[in-house]
Amino acid sequence: MGEAHCDAGPIHFMIAIIDYEAGNLTSVQRALSFLGQESVITSDFSKVMQAERIIFPGVGAAGKAMSDLKRLGLDQALLEAYGAGKPILGICIGTQIIMERSEENDTQCLGMIKGEVRRFQKEMLDEDGKRLKVPHMGWNGVAFKRDHPLFEGVASESEFYFVHSYYPLPKESGAVLGETDYGSRFASVIAKKNLFAVQFHVEKSGRPGLKILSNFCHWSGRDNA
Amino acid sequence: MLSKRIIPCLDVRDGKLTKGIKFKGNVDIGDPVEMADFYYQEGADEIVFYDITASYERRDIMIETVRRVSAKIFIPFSVGGGIKTVEDIHQVLLAGAEKVSVNSAAIRNPSIISEGAEAFGSQCIVLGMDVKRVTPSKKIPTGYEMVIDGGRTPMGMDALAWAQKAENLGAGEICLNSIDTDGTKEGYELALNKLIASNVTIPVIASGGAGAPEHLFEVLTQGYADAALIASMTHYGTYTIREIKSYLHDRGIKVRMTW
Repeated sequence: MGEAHCDAGPIHFMIAIIDYEAGNLTSVQRALSFLGQESVITSDFSKVMQAERIIFPGVGAAGKAMSDLKRLGLDQALLEAYGAGKPILGICIGTQIIMERSEENDTQCLGMIKGEVRRFQKEMLDEDGKRLKVPHMGWNGVAFKRDHPLFEGVASESEFYFVHSYYPLPKESGAVLGETDYGSRFASVIAKKNLFAVQFHVEKSGRPGLKILSNFCHWSGRDNA
Repeated sequence: MLSKRIIPCLDVRDGKLTKGIKFKGNVDIGDPVEMADFYYQEGADEIVFYDITASYERRDIMIETVRRVSAKIFIPFSVGGGIKTVEDIHQVLLAGAEKVSVNSAAIRNPSIISEGAEAFGSQCIVLGMDVKRVTPSKKIPTGYEMVIDGGRTPMGMDALAWAQKAENLGAGEICLNSIDTDGTKEGYELALNKLIASNVTIPVIASGGAGAPEHLFEVLTQGYADAALIASMTHYGTYTIREIKSYLHDRGIKVRMTW
């Protein structure tokens, strides 16, 4: 694990986990190690560009995430990698800053997907009239809208572990691959071309989460491959 | 809709489970990592480790345990017990825990909550509360008082006031333990859970008194809890997590049934 592998030989098969100081990176790397996949945690532009695939995780606030990405030049790395067809997996906040803008800290985001990021309403009620808590934290189901290589071997309506107060609201309905109920239905999985993004934590969601992560490690980056 | 979480709690001292745990089939497991892995496979939604290591010098053993757990199990887990500083929180999170629970240190120094939440996010700061029933007074209007040292030391603080203060400071969740019901196996303290859970906006994990699946049903409905901590009812093989979840599922409680 770690950067040692880079010195040992070519890194073409390496997964780069983008480090923009947003935490949660080691759990993603541990899950990859468990799956037998090498990865580097890096904030280095050239390493990100050389990697075969990119994971873009994180918890924290959209404003800080975007300013850190920009400071490190990684916003450009992500946009270039997206344009170059490199498989990219966004996790949690990684699903939000692919949108055009976020209500959180009124942040301009990467704009890979049209639409914005909103905060859950304060006074949402469940079927019994009890107030729904924000953040949306815990296990919730994801209804798959259509097939995708990353859903291979994972049942629709499987439950995943969520922790978030904001959610993406894509204008491109074709990009919504999974939906989750919390107060209302929101897009919990977004995919377009070589980009796949999940609002939940694949690295903390037991077997179905690991399966998606494992599928990503073998994904060509094409929607139907 | 969110599922209600079922969370086994493991007490650890010097890197070992405090009680050898016996399952159906008579396996005795003293290793917290194996035990966590077992519960992960069994369908636990989260795992709580409570570190009762007395000596501060031996705390690195717990960090090593956390590191080993995080290489094997891929659901959230939290670590509590003996967390005194923001640096302690940092170490536990770096080792791979999703959350850290602070208890007596937060009563003595509430700023550990705000500083921890500021540094790592509210979602990983759990407030552990040990609560004892007392005669209501001006100081303790709800009749529920904060205690520490396993209930031996009353703190002169009202439990509800403390829960609300901790929420305002940035706690992301409350693990609410009743000293009166803890270890009785006769059910959770429902009134306490309802009081706290309906007066804060963060999730509440009920703790203390679970002995049968109906106790979980009660606290997740009448007690308004979002999650239920269990220990002896599964540690000794009396019930499996699946049995508990099936019981709840059959009664209309949403729980995660496949894993």
